[in-house]
Amino acid sequence: MLAYLARRLLQSVLVLLGVSVIVFGLLHLTGDPTRLLLPLEAREEDVRQLRALLGLDDPLWVQYVRFLSHAVRGDFGLSFKHQVPALGLILDTLPATLELTAAGLGLALIVAVPLGILAALRRNSLLDAICSIGVLVGQAMPVYWLGLLLIMVFAVGLGWFPAAGREGVRSLVLPAIALGAFSMARLARLARSGMLEVLAQDYVRTARAAGVRAFVVTYKYALKNAAIPLVTVVGLEFGILLGGAVITETIFAWPGVGRLAVDAIFSRDYPLVQAIVAVLATLFVAINLLVDLVYTYLDPRIVYVRRAR
Amino acid sequence: MTDAAVATDALPAPARVRPRPSFRAVFGITVLLLMSASALLAPRLAPWDPSRQMLLKRLRPPAWEARGLREHPLGTDHLGRDILSRILYGGRVSLGVSLSSVALAATLGVGLGLSAGFFGGRTDAIIMRVVDVFLAVPYILLAMGVVFALGPSLLNVILVMGATRWVQFARIVRADVLSIREREFVVGARARGNRAPRLLLRHVLPNALTPIIVVATLELAFMIIYESALSFLGLGVQPPTPTWGWMLADGRNYIATAWWLATFPGLAIMLTVLAVNLLGDWLRDALDPRLRL
Repeated sequence: MLAYLARRLLQSVLVLLGVSVIVFGLLHLTGDPTRLLLPLEAREEDVRQLRALLGLDDPLWVQYVRFLSHAVRGDFGLSFKHQVPALGLILDTLPATLELTAAGLGLALIVAVPLGILAALRRNSLLDAICSIGVLVGQAMPVYWLGLLLIMVFAVGLGWFPAAGREGVRSLVLPAIALGAFSMARLARLARSGMLEVLAQDYVRTARAAGVRAFVVTYKYALKNAAIPLVTVVGLEFGILLGGAVITETIFAWPGVGRLAVDAIFSRDYPLVQAIVAVLATLFVAINLLVDLVYTYLDPRIVYVRRAR
Repeated sequence: MTDAAVATDALPAPARVRPRPSFRAVFGITVLLLMSASALLAPRLAPWDPSRQMLLKRLRPPAWEARGLREHPLGTDHLGRDILSRILYGGRVSLGVSLSSVALAATLGVGLGLSAGFFGGRTDAIIMRVVDVFLAVPYILLAMGVVFALGPSLLNVILVMGATRWVQFARIVRADVLSIREREFVVGARARGNRAPRLLLRHVLPNALTPIIVVATLELAFMIIYESALSFLGLGVQPPTPTWGWMLADGRNYIATAWWLATFPGLAIMLTVLAVNLLGDWLRDALDPRLRL
């Protein structure tokens, strides 16, 4: 277990190193970053001075090492636009994004898991049919369109919820539904198929034959095992939702990291874009590391399987 | 779905080679064919030039509403452009860009997945860490950053979408190749002195095609949403070329007064994605029911 933990940690560090290369490359993709900082009519001499000041004349790998050594200390430089440390801006907006993501994922789980399990238990019933149509529609619904429809119906039409902003729980409802719908569809589908698979296993049949009560078989034996694939997916899902938050936040004017990112991209605020990509990637890696650990706890076979390979 | 994996109590039915296409599959394929045909034939089918502005007829609702005009069945937008014609033309961009980027992602991913699975060892370790990196980076932000830096052109959008979505292909192909390379026919072919490129192309790849086809279909659905998202955020193919995502972005500003602006292009996206997903589900069930995606 400890060896596995060590290896997973090392892997995570390697992944983050890779992320740092991409993040570093992002700034250099634009060509000469000094052009972004100086007005168009800047003199050639000023450009040269700024280049020297920022160390842009050094070999690329020297620049990368410098960038990395700053980044690991959380220093991504000043935001071009706001002239304050980029990381600070992110930490200010991150709670709003985490709130939205957690609400979206929570909603998805609360609706999807019971629905998927019920659909599996009452296979081919009306509920199952409705559920699978819902899954199909949910998976085909782009978040930006669902967001617009929700605003159209529930904010503009009925006036039940605010269309934009972050004030109180009511303002969280529509963005959370928009963000969570896709995950809801996927998780419901996964819960259903996972449950069906487990219910067909020999040990479930044996338990039934041995006279264990149906309730215990379903909820104690089957559910526990059907939960395993769900746990891994939840980690990945969280990452997908963090990405999806970019669009959701734009539509609902939700003051989170996603909106900050879109704003930063359009104002060519590259240090801020770099910092956001780095922070979100780190969050994703950390969550998946955690999920993997929970996973090995839930399913002890995993460690042996990996070792055997 | 994965119904095929569930044992039934009934006596085993006579073996059937392929499951009959279900209602869902037929529906999906029909919608997809219609969508593709209308995109291909847009210049013939569209009643109007999609960029033609008729300011006197701006923001007219669909034909069945009180102020609707019969010559604009789905209404007009804020510049008096015909929505139906724009949706037909938008399908060209949406389907064309998505298909191209899936092709690019598949080429990249299959190549890398094949190498990782077949050569193993250090090659495998390096490629799989790169896969992890691409899984960790929020692809939509990365794509936005890159497209913005390089400039939003048709080609750049395809390149970025393909380059950020090859990972699924690499993972599934690698997993498949790991088992294929140990099978007798590969070992035998290797013993006969075949070199790696020939082994890969003649013996390994053909046997890994099934999951590739299924992933490609599911990724196509994803790319359609992805392309519209970039477009919606203003970083897709640029106007005056009509795209579904751009139409939605336009509609967003008239959400309180003109519902049809945002509704119809969204419906087009949803129907297309739904159809592609249904096709993907059917392909998976028909080709390899054990595949879990």
